[in-house]
Amino acid sequence: MPDFFDVSRHLSPEERAIQKEVRAFVDARVIPVVGEHFEKGTFPLELIPQIAQLGLLGCNLHGYGCAGLSEVGYGLAMQELERGDSGIRSFASVQGSLVMYPIHAFGSDAQKERYLPKMAKGEIIGCFGLTEPDHGSNPSGMRTVAIEDGDSYVITGTKRWITNGNLAQVALVWAKVGGPNGEVRGFLVPTDAKGFEARLIHKKVSLRASVTSELILEEVRVPKDAVLPGVRGMKGPLSCLTQARYGIAWGVIGAMHACYDSALDYAKNRVQFAGKPIAAHQLVQAKFAEMMTQITSAQLMALEVARLKNEGKLRPQHVSMIKRNNVRAALEIARTCRDILGGNGITLEYPVMRHMCNLETVYTYEGTHDIHTLILGQDATGIAAFE
Amino acid sequence: MKILVPLKRVADPDNANKVKVNGGKLETTGLEWKPNPFDEYAVETALRLTENGTNPKARQGEVVVVTFGPKDTETTLRAALATGADRAIRVDAADDALDGDLVARALKALVEKEKPDLVLLGKQAVDGDSNQVGQLLAEYLGWPQATFAGSIQSEDDKSLVVGREVDGGTLKVRVTLPAVVSVDLRIVAPNSVRGKHTPPTHAYADGVRFAALMAIMAAKKKPLAEVKLADLASDTALKIKYTGFELPPARKAGIKVKAVSELVDKLKNEAKVV
Ligand SMILES: Cc1cc2nc3c(=O)[nH]c(=O)nc-3n(C[C@H](O)[C@H](O)[C@H](O)COP(=O)(O)OP(=O)(O)OC[C@H]3O[C@@H](n4cnc5c(N)ncnc54)[C@H](O)[C@@H]3O)c2cc1C
Repeated sequence: MPDFFDVSRHLSPEERAIQKEVRAFVDARVIPVVGEHFEKGTFPLELIPQIAQLGLLGCNLHGYGCAGLSEVGYGLAMQELERGDSGIRSFASVQGSLVMYPIHAFGSDAQKERYLPKMAKGEIIGCFGLTEPDHGSNPSGMRTVAIEDGDSYVITGTKRWITNGNLAQVALVWAKVGGPNGEVRGFLVPTDAKGFEARLIHKKVSLRASVTSELILEEVRVPKDAVLPGVRGMKGPLSCLTQARYGIAWGVIGAMHACYDSALDYAKNRVQFAGKPIAAHQLVQAKFAEMMTQITSAQLMALEVARLKNEGKLRPQHVSMIKRNNVRAALEIARTCRDILGGNGITLEYPVMRHMCNLETVYTYEGTHDIHTLILGQDATGIAAFE
Repeated sequence: MKILVPLKRVADPDNANKVKVNGGKLETTGLEWKPNPFDEYAVETALRLTENGTNPKARQGEVVVVTFGPKDTETTLRAALATGADRAIRVDAADDALDGDLVARALKALVEKEKPDLVLLGKQAVDGDSNQVGQLLAEYLGWPQATFAGSIQSEDDKSLVVGREVDGGTLKVRVTLPAVVSVDLRIVAPNSVRGKHTPPTHAYADGVRFAALMAIMAAKKKPLAEVKLADLASDTALKIKYTGFELPPARKAGIKVKAVSELVDKLKNEAKVV
């Protein structure tokens, strides 16, 4: 992958070492198996203990057995994982940013002790239930409710498109307390609770090496201390999404890396017309010039937002910009690389079309491309245009 | 058991196309470095010999890594510290002011200071492929040596039974410690190393271990000492002089033959292989 502006010179020796280590891990353990899992539509379960042992789960959190990486280190780790597959990175994003992070930020001490060390070790897997069948881009319209009953809450509702749903021992379910107009709170629901069911979503053509589920909660009773005490309202799920989107914006640079390298190698070796490699033709070169520029801008934006995050100056809108920009760039690059590979590009012999298909999900989840357009539009004009 | 592991960084062989020769000299600027793979195997072996296998945290012994080179070779040492080595030493020297003999003589002095029970090193570095340091060091120290180890079994940390792959089989040699052992690729197979504390049923993951991200962060706090080359070797003159470098000739394009008969003809008369 091009590092055209040598942005790696801004990395600390530890950050470099982290990138190298995760890269070597992905080369040795993820890439050799992930194509087959994608084809079969299965998640590589055998990787969970290895990913955990490396310290990738919740790796930017401090304490509780988490690695405590810098924001750049975390971004690089996600980038290398997604160079393998967006599904594997999604597994880590959900576990780390969408479940461990809110427990770390908003959980009680008892919740932190109970969940975080085991989640860092991969012994407890979590999932994040926000989206519902009828409430995707507008999650605040959710219908799932939690009704107080003595010393417990009784939760009823349906969540859809939930990554890790069938793998999880704990689901962080967002529900409105008291009724459809109640306040949104987060509940840590054990997935073996009575009335809780996870159903696999089949026939996906994207993110196939990842588990996606529907969660059905029928009067699931949880004790009062299952609620995350530290946050109320949509700020809860949205702050988790800011963390995860940050990781995605870095992650997709890894997908760009895999596609770009594959296409460049192919273009230099594939000979058509006049005995020249296709890379020697101007139209193909224009594609590489454009991709190189897009990758460079994605790298710079991600790095700058990491600095804002480290300085405590991060606004969610910053993350919207890099999620929107970097995912679109990655998807365009994947499509271009697919084209450069010709017929070979449509097979799983090359990583490109797998990434391309995965990126369609990444374009949609964690706020669709256009929802981030509206967030930025509101930031620019001061006028909200969602409704 | 205390084990000293000398490490060398080498230009990443995956970036061989970036290697440039300028006026008969090798240009190292812009090259990416990585630890010599055989040395990484030696670190892995040392860790396996000093831990109990099932509980990697319960270490019994010490692994000290040492490298020769300028300040930026400390990256190589930190990487070894991250995988589990206890402490590191950098012998300060310019890359081109070293040869195998000088390194072996300096290591001898270091061994006399550090007094390890075992020096474990890679059988060769994949840049120069000289395959000398281990043998020279054993000779200078007057210690027993076993080269190209494919398996090692510790006998109560007093002696080692070393399996060496030779044509048509494995040669087993017993060396009494202290000794010098150089390792080959197979040493990192799941059952190749049996330390004093390794449970007989334990199998390692194939290959060298990955460093946990937390260990990478913690490695910067592990001790890393700097030693002057002149303090270890009074005579720093080189015995090996590189008189020139040349890139291998670029591969010529192949040709397409029109018929099998033409192919057979070329194999017979041009290539002379049939
Ligand atoms: C594989 C996968 C994994 C997922 N994992 C999770 C998970 O773990 N947890 C979780 O909670 N969710 C998860 N999701 C759900 C994901 O976040 C939603 O799919 C996403 O928020 C979009 O919601 P939707 O699918 O209902 O689309 P919709 O909201 O119906 O959007 C459809 C289209 O309409 C557009 N649109 C919507 N509103 C507007 C508007 N006001 N103005 C202009 N255009 C608009 C959108 O941009 C989009 O193009 C996952 C999704 C997928 C596909």
